[in-house]
Amino acid sequence: MSEVTSVHVERENLYGLAAEFKTTPGIYHAAEKTYAAGFKWFDCQVPFAVHGLDRAMGVKMTILPILVFFGGMAGLTTACFLQIFTNSMEFDIWALLPVVGYQFDVSGKPLLGAAAFVPVAFEMTILFSALTAVFGTMFLNKLPMFYHPTLKHPALSRATDDRFFLIIEARDPKFSRDEVEAFLNSLNPETVIALEK
Amino acid sequence: MTTVPVPSLDNTGEDPSNRPQLILNHTDFGSVTTDILRANESAKPPKSWYFALAVSFTMMSMLGVMIGYLFFTGVGVWGNNNPVAWGYPIVNFVFWVGIGHAGTLISAILFLFRQKWRTAINRLAEAMTIFAVICAGTFPGIHIGRVWLAYWLFPIPNQMDMWPQFRSPLLWDVFAVGTYFTVSLLFWYLGMVPDLATMRDRATSKTKQMLYGIFSLGWRGSMRHWHRYERAYLLLAALATPLVLSVHSVVSFDFAVSQLPGWHTTIFPPYFVAGAIFSGFAMVMTLAIPARQLWGLKNFITMRHLDNMCKIILFTGSIVGYAYSMEFFIAWYSGEIYESFTFINRAFGPYGWAYWIMVSCNVVTPQIFWFKKARNNIAIIFTASLLVNVGMWFERFVIVVTSLAYDFLPSSWGMYEPTWVDVLTFFGSFGLFMTFFLLFIRYLPILAIAELKAIMPIADPHGHGHSYNEMSTETSEQAKIAEEDE
Repeated sequence: MSEVTSVHVERENLYGLAAEFKTTPGIYHAAEKTYAAGFKWFDCQVPFAVHGLDRAMGVKMTILPILVFFGGMAGLTTACFLQIFTNSMEFDIWALLPVVGYQFDVSGKPLLGAAAFVPVAFEMTILFSALTAVFGTMFLNKLPMFYHPTLKHPALSRATDDRFFLIIEARDPKFSRDEVEAFLNSLNPETVIALEK
Repeated sequence: MTTVPVPSLDNTGEDPSNRPQLILNHTDFGSVTTDILRANESAKPPKSWYFALAVSFTMMSMLGVMIGYLFFTGVGVWGNNNPVAWGYPIVNFVFWVGIGHAGTLISAILFLFRQKWRTAINRLAEAMTIFAVICAGTFPGIHIGRVWLAYWLFPIPNQMDMWPQFRSPLLWDVFAVGTYFTVSLLFWYLGMVPDLATMRDRATSKTKQMLYGIFSLGWRGSMRHWHRYERAYLLLAALATPLVLSVHSVVSFDFAVSQLPGWHTTIFPPYFVAGAIFSGFAMVMTLAIPARQLWGLKNFITMRHLDNMCKIILFTGSIVGYAYSMEFFIAWYSGEIYESFTFINRAFGPYGWAYWIMVSCNVVTPQIFWFKKARNNIAIIFTASLLVNVGMWFERFVIVVTSLAYDFLPSSWGMYEPTWVDVLTFFGSFGLFMTFFLLFIRYLPILAIAELKAIMPIADPHGHGHSYNEMSTETSEQAKIAEEDE
């Protein structure tokens, strides 16, 4: 339907081919077909999270919730130890490190007041989980990443505005320029763009 | 894409079979981006913005001067004294933390309840939360007397082997407010990353490209990223929901755990949380109404949004009213003479005027929102939201001051009077808040652009946006194509 619009990109410099779509059904069905065609190294760049597109692309469920669970547990443990050690304990850790808490005697109330330790334990659990959620996503998404071939091409800047792009990378084992170009054109895109590395 | 202009609709209807449109006059993604960012991208903001910034900045400077005066002279410059050792600073702290509650409520709880209308106001409310918590954090920080020892609040190993008292509600507060600030900041920033990328890609000057480029972390809208991002957002919402409820509960423990009549009640946590949400929503309205006017966002923050917020204010205001009356009931029912005296004294004693300001602003004012006409009248909404802000400040004043001023022994009774430093510090904190807010609406995406696009009918990849009665011709075609494909 349309020609590859970009300037000529040398074979060894080719990052991949991008097909541009105007609508969400367009990108959705294109992603489904690309996944069905057996491509592995492909991605969609879209201005917002298109509902169900991740599943259409065959993206596996992220491990983030598991990380967050362990983050939360780490927070809870830290909070419990922090409170118990600093306020009430007096002992040596493996006879090496003497730990002396600051024991506040308030009206003879127990030093190890479990109920009184709940709020801080709760807050620390939330804090550690939230930090894990945010920094975990950034880590898994390999962000910050300030250079990326798709950030270089002017047409793809509309991926954060109103256009939807499907990109098949040259490193995909099934990639051959002519075939992929024909395949992308069969998906009925607006244009097909060659991306430089 | 054919952009069919849709006439501006009244989207405040209550017919449940007819889902109201949340974005008016926009049927394509591009125009949403352009219209939201128009004010940010214009070469010069409106004159009123400069004026507001000048006023706010002056007030903020005044806060700086007052804090400097306090540091060099001592806490004696305030009206705090025995028996009212917690005067304005703690009143202001509770007031600002309360305001900070709406942001995370909108972004977290309304997100979990799938309230799509939250997308137009969540960014604004989250920003407000962060700035309000900064204001709130200032007050206990400068209230401790020996400010150079403020680090004693935190469990930092030190040569004295001294640790904070973890069984004290005041320390719980440090953790609760600290966590709340951090999580709100993360939530706000995470939500903003895709929109910062939009601003980066549209920026025309090198400086803007660099700055938005750095803060958008190289976001490129990859769906593989969106997948994790959405999961992280959901997790943060699920984590922030109990957090919102816990923060003001912990603040209320500062009072409820003591034995003072009027403070020592179990109703405090839910009562404080409802009050916090109430005041927070009022502040969101106070900010959103001028912002939508000035920034031309009436198609996004529609009358429907204001209508919904009015309903929340009505609901939480009624809970607050219920709490006020229940306090009186329990004071009488308990048969406790000190408790009964405190409440009679609150309403009819020397601080009775403050009590009645509180009741008329917080309980009576929101009742006007039973009427749809009032909910759809900007002037009424704005006035009511201001009154609620005033009322909620007085609520904290009544709680803090009256209980301390008149406790068990008449010999230790005493009136509290704020000094000019107290008053100017309080007004100065509004300067701090407004300066941050004005800079935010100018330089950062004021609405969640990506989230707004995602709730548009055309965003549905299966073309199921039928519940909206207005659709561009192309959308119905899309729907047909999508159905055929399936």
